[in-house]
Amino acid sequence: MDDNITLTINNQSVRVSAGTTILKAAQSLGISIPTICYHEHCTANALCRICVVEVTGSRTLVPSCKAIVSEGMVVNTESERVLRARKVILEMLKASIDLSEAPEIQAMITEYNADSQRFPEAVKRKSAVLDDNPMFLRDYNKCVLCWRCVQVCAEDAQYTYAINFAGRGFETQISTFYHVPLPESSCVFCGQCIGVCPTGALKPKREALLEDGFSLNDITALTRMDWRKKKTV
Amino acid sequence: MIKPDRIVTTTCPYCGVGCKLEVHVKDDFIYKVTSPFDAVVNHGNLCVKGRFGYDFIYHPQRVTVPLVRKEPQTAGNRTQAFNLQEWQEVSWDAALNLIADKFTEIYLRDGSQSIAMYGCAKATNEDNYLLQKMGRALFRTNHIDHCTRLCHAGSVVALQGALGSSAMSNTAAEVIHNDVFLLTGSNVTENHPIISLQMKAAVQKYGAKLIVVDPRRIEMVNYATLWLAQKPGTDVPLFSAMAHVIIKEKLYNEDFIQQRTENFAEFAASMEKFTPAYAEAISGVPQELIVQAARLYARAKNGAIYWALGIPEHSHGTDNARTLIHLALLTGHIGREGTGLNPLRGQNNVQGTSDVGVMPWHYPGYQRVDDESVARKFERAWNIEEGGLNRELGLTTTEIISAISPAGVRALYVMGENPMMSEPNLNHTRRKIEQLEFLVAQDMFINETGAYADVFLPATSWAEKEGTFTNTDRRVQRVRQVIPPRGKSRPDWQILCDLAQRIEARLGRNTSSGWRYSHPSQIMDEIGQLVPDYAGIRYERIEKEGLQVPVWDEKHPGTPFLFADTFPRGKARFTPMDYHPSVEMPNEEYPLILTTGRVLEHWHGGTLTRHSALDDLFPEARIEINPEDAQNLKINNGQAVRVTSRRGTIVLRARVTRKANKGIVFIPFHFAEAAANLLTIDALDPEAKIPEYKICAVRVLPAKESEMVCDTLPFERGRY
Repeated sequence: MDDNITLTINNQSVRVSAGTTILKAAQSLGISIPTICYHEHCTANALCRICVVEVTGSRTLVPSCKAIVSEGMVVNTESERVLRARKVILEMLKASIDLSEAPEIQAMITEYNADSQRFPEAVKRKSAVLDDNPMFLRDYNKCVLCWRCVQVCAEDAQYTYAINFAGRGFETQISTFYHVPLPESSCVFCGQCIGVCPTGALKPKREALLEDGFSLNDITALTRMDWRKKKTV
Repeated sequence: MIKPDRIVTTTCPYCGVGCKLEVHVKDDFIYKVTSPFDAVVNHGNLCVKGRFGYDFIYHPQRVTVPLVRKEPQTAGNRTQAFNLQEWQEVSWDAALNLIADKFTEIYLRDGSQSIAMYGCAKATNEDNYLLQKMGRALFRTNHIDHCTRLCHAGSVVALQGALGSSAMSNTAAEVIHNDVFLLTGSNVTENHPIISLQMKAAVQKYGAKLIVVDPRRIEMVNYATLWLAQKPGTDVPLFSAMAHVIIKEKLYNEDFIQQRTENFAEFAASMEKFTPAYAEAISGVPQELIVQAARLYARAKNGAIYWALGIPEHSHGTDNARTLIHLALLTGHIGREGTGLNPLRGQNNVQGTSDVGVMPWHYPGYQRVDDESVARKFERAWNIEEGGLNRELGLTTTEIISAISPAGVRALYVMGENPMMSEPNLNHTRRKIEQLEFLVAQDMFINETGAYADVFLPATSWAEKEGTFTNTDRRVQRVRQVIPPRGKSRPDWQILCDLAQRIEARLGRNTSSGWRYSHPSQIMDEIGQLVPDYAGIRYERIEKEGLQVPVWDEKHPGTPFLFADTFPRGKARFTPMDYHPSVEMPNEEYPLILTTGRVLEHWHGGTLTRHSALDDLFPEARIEINPEDAQNLKINNGQAVRVTSRRGTIVLRARVTRKANKGIVFIPFHFAEAAANLLTIDALDPEAKIPEYKICAVRVLPAKESEMVCDTLPFERGRY
């Protein structure tokens, strides 16, 4: 049996191996589909829906990062319905989340002509910046809940399971269990989560202090914990 | 958002995994470290040290000017000076001239036996090559060693004897090709964190079965099919019993034994007595488990063995390693992709430092110093008269310390080591170091050893110089300069070249061994001419990815796994075995067994990590003790306890945990305030001269809070 599959994307025919995602099949044609939660080295979860495409015969739009190709599939990555969906997703993200350190999403907002004032009454997701360890800060005002950090903390890399979703709906936030400070969780401070964060929500403390204009000596002092009362040896 | 001035790709300076880093710099400040996801070793993953542990570079206590002691030091009256006020800042000229004068004086007066040098497994191949060249070419001494002696010396001697090569036989990432792997004496999640991720994935995603043999309930036990919780020091009977089962049940690979090994019959005869019942009596591991482990490993398609310092750091460390080699030779689990023998090397460049000859018995490339043709080869390479180089085996790390005396070692050059933390039985080490006539420390901080020095030379960190490291799976990788040297500090290779020229001038030799290099790549070219394994290493070939040695010539693509067709010594050799108990076993007065090791957040003697925010994550030594033992001794979690051996005593807090098995306590050796090595025994393995760090007998009693040297608040972490 042939393991290859033929499908049509934006009127171009393409042959790919079975099990390929629509996103990868499109990439093989040089068609780029925008992604936010998807990361090349994480398991795809189709959370942000920015990568949706229209598949003929499918009632709903299909997340291309997760959907697998099938024989004879007809895909449109830039139909009007797709473009409208992406635009609304971006407008909702912009309305509720601080995207100031997410240049890729900002570029998408421009590209898709998203209206940043579309939802003027929207409530911003607000939470205090968490500074509970010497290594990095967690600013969930910037978090788009892409879930990459949770995945690299689990089976995608570290097998440590220190963080996961807490809360429901609008209140959803990445958290340790019972919101304990990171040092009291199973966290090993590998920082894999920082490596995959797309929005600057997770940031090394030294970088944050440098942004705030502190000098090198200040930073050295400020990144040491002051609760220690060490006798000089 | 900060826009970096530059992002420099380099190699992590901590453990032997050798992760690729992208260092983000603004105004010469390293504010962030990431890793590319296509990195061949670590796939974008890092550990806490690799991602955050660089603030020591900017620590206010770092020394960046040459220093000389204000109070002249004399043999027998040497004291420690941690305080900068006890030191005089001097110029590089003054410092190097003083060292050249003193070393020349002592060498001309007392001969080559009076000079010893410690290399540094944190420094580059090029730095270390020059250090051994300086000792051998200028002072004609082979008393040159480094911390490999304190970590894998037993494995090296056993592997060299049995196979003729002493590195990991596989690439670490090949672990996903194992269907069964045995992990012993290695707390890999803390000590080789990125390899542990690959091991966890091998079990969870690729269906491998894991056998853990370890006296501690380490995190990898959570992933194990079998856990053999042996008593410390019982590796020989335990692994020999596995061999016994493999032989009795005819699970061995007859073709492999026939074609590629020798001495099988004598070996098999010596295995007769190692029945599973005999091993159970000694090791405490139920014999059914031993039989199961033997069958599981022997019947594997791709079996592999991974071990770290729990195997070699014994008075019978070489024998321990041999028993693992025997398992691989019996079953033929070696010489193919994903199957082999893998000693996980600790330091970022301990493989390379050994490869380039910072060893008392070997020139670069494991070429023996007592081999006449080898000596001639190096005499020609270094422009030395025939017969000039020393043909006698030198002293090892621990022997150098013991040899400090008026008729023995008088002057010691320490590049980046800290024997006052890392040697066993530190009280003995202290008395010996105090007897030195002259001591030079080349480091970044005045650590416990540097505090005894006459002259302190400020070296740069790894981020301020160029060079190469060789990681645990033999990959030679580039280290790149990220920032300019801080203050007046200099790269080690430059310091050594400058000093060697001054010494050469004073010795009045009419030839020079060559100390003028404009870039470390020229030093690597010289190494390549002398070390066949490195013949094909050129900087331009390893700009993007490192190459795995052996690299036989400039076209050779490197060697991901070893021994495909043959062993370097020809046929692999079985050695008949006998069991020797450890030197110090528990008794009524000292009822518990102490074993030592490392924790995730710290590095060895702590010179780097204790000057980092890493120290805030793990601020003090804790002794791990089993809940039953703690209850019997009336010790609560977090309570101060006094731990006493026949050699020393320390006070530290307890961590009551089932990670420690009953009767066994564990102390990490990073903490000067409660230095585990005050307690350890300086018994040595007779062949490899490695100390028995993993077993000594201790007594643990509750202590008063006021007895604690380090007044930190109790700090609980949630990690395993």
